[in-house]
Amino acid sequence: MKVGVVVFPGSNCDRDMYHVLTDVFNFDAQYCWHEKALPKNIDAVILPGGFSYGDRLRAGVIAAHSPIIKDVKKMAKKGIPILGVCNGFQILVESGLLPGILLKNESLNFMCEWTNLIVENNKTPFTNQFKLHEKIPIPIANGEGRYYVDDDTLKQLKKKNQIVFRYSQVINGSSHRIAGVCNQEGNVVGMMPHPERAVESEINPMDNKPSSLIFESLLAKIGVGN
Amino acid sequence: MATFNVHVTIENKPGISDPEGETILNDLVLKGTHKTVSKIKTAKMLKFTIKEKDKKTVQSKVQEICDELRIYNPMVSKVTIDVFDS
Repeated sequence: MKVGVVVFPGSNCDRDMYHVLTDVFNFDAQYCWHEKALPKNIDAVILPGGFSYGDRLRAGVIAAHSPIIKDVKKMAKKGIPILGVCNGFQILVESGLLPGILLKNESLNFMCEWTNLIVENNKTPFTNQFKLHEKIPIPIANGEGRYYVDDDTLKQLKKKNQIVFRYSQVINGSSHRIAGVCNQEGNVVGMMPHPERAVESEINPMDNKPSSLIFESLLAKIGVGN
Repeated sequence: MATFNVHVTIENKPGISDPEGETILNDLVLKGTHKTVSKIKTAKMLKFTIKEKDKKTVQSKVQEICDELRIYNPMVSKVTIDVFDS
């Protein structure tokens, strides 16, 4: 099984993600340049963090028009697991694959710190190894990380179980303290925090096991490593 | 065909917080001597130069561009399109 890591101009967490997928979890991963088609034999797609197109106009909006997004949308329809992390989440939102929008943090600061997430949906391909409401210590690193949805959409998200992660406390002013959501089908997940920065004990001063479950969930979903 | 200049202003809809505007108002303007100011909103402006047959066509064309390419996010923002003769 193959995981595609999409690379846009300005992606900067693509190599961290590739390293974690291949060296830590033994996935067969492949970089996918945004101007090319996604390989046909791909089993999961990850849109990594970074600053695609320098966040010009609005974080993620220009990358959302990249040629590869057409293929990502097709894969999403087929039910293939797709994860967007940080800028990847912003791109999924701007491409219409996920609801809502990510606004500037209420403090207007770029925030780089450890947070605690609460798992609110453990049925997605990236959370199936978690217990419901399990805590994940995980870092955020963003300037436009304040998830916003209007009240009607928030009601829908709750009703359809689309809220995947919430912060344990108010971090940046996000609606309902939301840190990650999924589509109605549950196969497309977006999250602001960086799991690829939290799965190795060398760089995680907290507990690296919970973040690892995000990747172990994907392993459980699409099969064992190569 | 004539050339027109277009100002596309993107701003938050009413009810969506604008922390940057609030900071400029509370921590800069109102801290000085300018006590008559009651509100400041930040916005982003894009200036287009476009060739079309008339102002009406320009208006609809630019609106189409803004909607189709998500120049603004309709969940939180609105656009105002002002067309000027070049």
